[in-house]
Amino acid sequence: MEKKIGFYVCKGCEIGQSLDIEGLLKVATKEGKIPVCKEHDVLCSPEGIKFLQDEIANEGVNTLIIAACSPRVKFEEFDFPGCLTERVNLRELVVWTHEPNHEETQALAEDYVRMGCAKAKKADLPEPYAGDPIDKTVLVIGGGITGCTAALEIAKLGYSAVLVEKEAELGGYGAKLYRQTPRNYPYQVPEEPVIFSKIKEVQAHPKIKVMTSSKVESTEGQPGLYDVVINTNGNLETIKIGAIILAAGWRPYDATKLGHLGYGLSPDVITNIQMEELANKGKILRPSDGREAKRVAFIQCAGSRDPEHLPYCSAFCCMTSLKQANYVRQLNDGLAYIIHKHMRTPGQYELFYKNMQNDPGVMLTKGDVTEVSLADNGNIYIHAENTQLGEKVKFEADLLVLATGLVPTTVDDPVTNLTYRQGLGLPDLDLYDGFADSNFICFQYETRRTGIYAAGCVRQPMDIATCMEDAAGAALKAVQCLEHTAKGIAVHPRAWDMTFPDPFMQRCTSCKRCTEECPFGAIDEDEKGTPYFKINRCRRCGTCMGACPERIISFKDLSVDIVGSMIKAMDVPEEGFRLLGVVCENDAYPALDAVGLHRLQYDPRIRFIPIRCLGSFNLVWIADALSRGIDGVLLLGCKFGEDYQCHFAKGSELANERLGKLQETLDRLALESERAMLVEVAIDDFDRIPKIIGDFIARVEEIGENPFKEF
Amino acid sequence: MTPNDRKILVIGGGMSGLTTALEAAESGAQVVIVERSPYLGGRVTQLNKYFPKLCPPTCGLEINFRRIKTNPDITFYTQAEVTQVSGQEGNFDVTIKVKPRYVNDNCVACNKCAEVCPVERVNDFNYGLDKNKAAYLPFDMAFPLKYVIDDSVCLGSACAKCVEACTYNAIDLAMQPQTINVKVGAIALAGGWDLYDATKIDNLGFGTVKNVISNMQMERLASPNGPTEGRILRPSDGQEPKTVGFVQCAGSRDENHLPYCSYICCMASLKQVTYLREQDPEAKASIFYIDIRSPGRYEKFYWKVRDDENVQLIRGKVAKVTQEPGTDKVIVEAEDTTTGDKVRQTFDLVVLALGMVPATKAMKLPLNISYTEDGFVIPASLPPGVYAVGSLKSPLDVAKSVQEGTGAAIKCLQSLGGR
Repeated sequence: MEKKIGFYVCKGCEIGQSLDIEGLLKVATKEGKIPVCKEHDVLCSPEGIKFLQDEIANEGVNTLIIAACSPRVKFEEFDFPGCLTERVNLRELVVWTHEPNHEETQALAEDYVRMGCAKAKKADLPEPYAGDPIDKTVLVIGGGITGCTAALEIAKLGYSAVLVEKEAELGGYGAKLYRQTPRNYPYQVPEEPVIFSKIKEVQAHPKIKVMTSSKVESTEGQPGLYDVVINTNGNLETIKIGAIILAAGWRPYDATKLGHLGYGLSPDVITNIQMEELANKGKILRPSDGREAKRVAFIQCAGSRDPEHLPYCSAFCCMTSLKQANYVRQLNDGLAYIIHKHMRTPGQYELFYKNMQNDPGVMLTKGDVTEVSLADNGNIYIHAENTQLGEKVKFEADLLVLATGLVPTTVDDPVTNLTYRQGLGLPDLDLYDGFADSNFICFQYETRRTGIYAAGCVRQPMDIATCMEDAAGAALKAVQCLEHTAKGIAVHPRAWDMTFPDPFMQRCTSCKRCTEECPFGAIDEDEKGTPYFKINRCRRCGTCMGACPERIISFKDLSVDIVGSMIKAMDVPEEGFRLLGVVCENDAYPALDAVGLHRLQYDPRIRFIPIRCLGSFNLVWIADALSRGIDGVLLLGCKFGEDYQCHFAKGSELANERLGKLQETLDRLALESERAMLVEVAIDDFDRIPKIIGDFIARVEEIGENPFKEF
Repeated sequence: MTPNDRKILVIGGGMSGLTTALEAAESGAQVVIVERSPYLGGRVTQLNKYFPKLCPPTCGLEINFRRIKTNPDITFYTQAEVTQVSGQEGNFDVTIKVKPRYVNDNCVACNKCAEVCPVERVNDFNYGLDKNKAAYLPFDMAFPLKYVIDDSVCLGSACAKCVEACTYNAIDLAMQPQTINVKVGAIALAGGWDLYDATKIDNLGFGTVKNVISNMQMERLASPNGPTEGRILRPSDGQEPKTVGFVQCAGSRDENHLPYCSYICCMASLKQVTYLREQDPEAKASIFYIDIRSPGRYEKFYWKVRDDENVQLIRGKVAKVTQEPGTDKVIVEAEDTTTGDKVRQTFDLVVLALGMVPATKAMKLPLNISYTEDGFVIPASLPPGVYAVGSLKSPLDVAKSVQEGTGAAIKCLQSLGGR
């Protein structure tokens, strides 16, 4: 589009009283060379909006630089259809945080104006990515309760689903149950398993294709355009798939590792899965001699919550044992003993626990099992201490059930078998104890492979009711991904974003940094080793742009050149310190705004540039800044490491790694690498920020002024 | 334009409702959110950090609010409630009543109105730990970032100092309640929860014993934007507590109060212990519990806190919380459920791990649906096209609210007739 830029400075919110507005207009006109430069008392007021609309209509302005408040506020007011809006934050970043009518404050505001002008000139209005037409069929891997539910949710919305199950029958572990734990108020009695009606529904639904005895051989492509090879008993078939739900489920923890709890001691020491098989026969008969079990003991956390075995709670075992105690009462008229450490019946499941506690034939106690031994009569002794029945107790049971937990399928097998450069499965599963879980509490379906959404016990330990909820959630994310991909726009966490990375491939040197660093594995390499962008996998974090030493990867509204131009637009005085801050726009920038809202003051010698993620931070900006005479560069990004907070997983961590590599470059320039540093901040760290800035400036002052100033 | 039958009503703008609304809107529906408070985000806005990652809730909210700002298919009403619903799946008629905010969209959040306002009110956002003005911003990260006037204490046109002070014509003390009618195809109920009223638990001393606070008050004390700027200080004298007792199941799992488990309180107390331990490496914490419930992968967080040598876990139900005579200290008496021994410990501060009560306990929805004795919505009783999400269905945490909220979005879309 042919740009006509207008610069509009607002005088409201103390901007007019604290700054020389004429001076700002002069900077925009003379230095920024902006053809239309005007001021207004309150730009966000109805009169102000009308004024801007008239400017668009009468002056033909289609690119507006709004020098007023933070871009995080008054968003809709300054969003004009077909126009590009660049916000210069004079309120939170300048007048609310610095001394009014001070020359340093004015210099700060003028720099932000220069930077805004530079960006407005270089940025373009985004247009959605125009890729190949996509296929909207969803592949569901796993035919247990989660997979069956997910396929049905998708089909009920009118989409097609292919349900792939490795066993010969659908159903998974849910189909092995005699009863399932209650899902509904008043949570008093176990229910018929829900899986059988789900299987019937799945089989009857015209939109669902079921493939049993089948596994995913390979998954090639990207969201909307996957070619998935399915191996059915050795026969390979390629199907076109748009998105994938990973519902591959779990296996029980290997009970042979539970010798300390008596497994292997006698056939009458069994797992909770074996208990379901026994109950399914109508009477619980001891495996050893076929006698009806009359005294059944349960040991909770058999393998779970044990650093030697599984470091997590398997979530369903407490309710399962209570349910199985109910089997003992109903089917065998026997007695049940449950030895647990913490009975976990969260929420309204407590009501079921209460009901079982009230049954005189069910004995519950806390306790630590110290030994399981065989009695002379073939029964089993369970020795426990610290119980509510006494310090040291011995129970005799004719059947012992170990409440074994679960292991997600992804521990054994990548399942998806992606032909991605970065590997076959979902990355980083060790952070989640092997589960294909999301890193984000507030976004449960984030994986680092766009278009692939995990649900059920492969994602977290959960019970059947939760699996069904989870299946619905993953199903929604899968169809949402398809619709966004079809429109050529990003998915979470930048679901509004129409920009995409557009590499200038002629200048690519195939160094492969982008393919290695992309947190989402969006870039593969062709036969010659040249990076190949699969845009439908891309989440628009810009990590590739930050990684690229050739600076050839750009977005319409963010590029190495745009930020470089903003840095070059800064006025660097011949004497005195000048600093640059580059910050994450989702967390550090709102924290800077909050500093303003709280009217905390900080050193006026630093200017901030927000970028979509610190992953997009390109080292050349440090060279740009230092060669301009800027004395130091401060990066504010999200916490990294095990509990990382970066919504693009790796952004701040990668930026920090890049800084580590800076030393060599700066040594060559005879500059100190301490002039650049990254500080981890969270969005609520407003109270820390003035000190972080102050400390950084003190550190740079100690190093001294940038010797390049003189040039 | 999307026809009316592509519209979804979401009652409640907390984590569950926001998630349902955003996921549905980003999948092609138009969404109307009705929220009872003056801001979106619900209870999580009052939390300092989420367990187990100890990350601030505003981080995810920032993304969600940006999703709202950039999405023309989402409309929201704050200080609003749904008063009437008629019709059926695919074609509901909904009446929404919006209370006057007395502050219009001209507001720039400059704080001038609050500066001149002569009236103070109890700051409900901080659970009564401090006061703010009748003209106030609910909190620094509020969305929308717009002031509000509390008409229960405002002196009205007789005062009008704020009107005079506001140079943006943002205050309208004559603002009237508004009634809005919308037609929608599906409805998600996500009304959330309230904290159990601690004064009903006589033996735990809330309101009578100095330095007994609720778990939500603890969140506010630990928050940088809270009444103490993030310092955990005990209310009686503003001193940093050296010893803190946490009383689990304060009301929950108790036939006389809440017969169910409130799901979050164990993890919340474990998390709050980390606040205390970060503030003061010398401070000691004791947790009185029946069972520690850290389900699934939360277990490792429990281990981390349990293994801290300044943390003591005491298996026992608290019988009594009393004031130490002549001091500001608090005595906690409990019975160890294993040994039967009586335990008696003295603390500088005691935190009651209060449970959650569904909002529908106090305020029934204008729909013909059934509730449990405790006020939870019974999903099976919901008419077609109406879905319950989050803590008004059963107690849960943020992660599960998000999970359910996402799932509810696909149910709503199905009610609109699919693709």
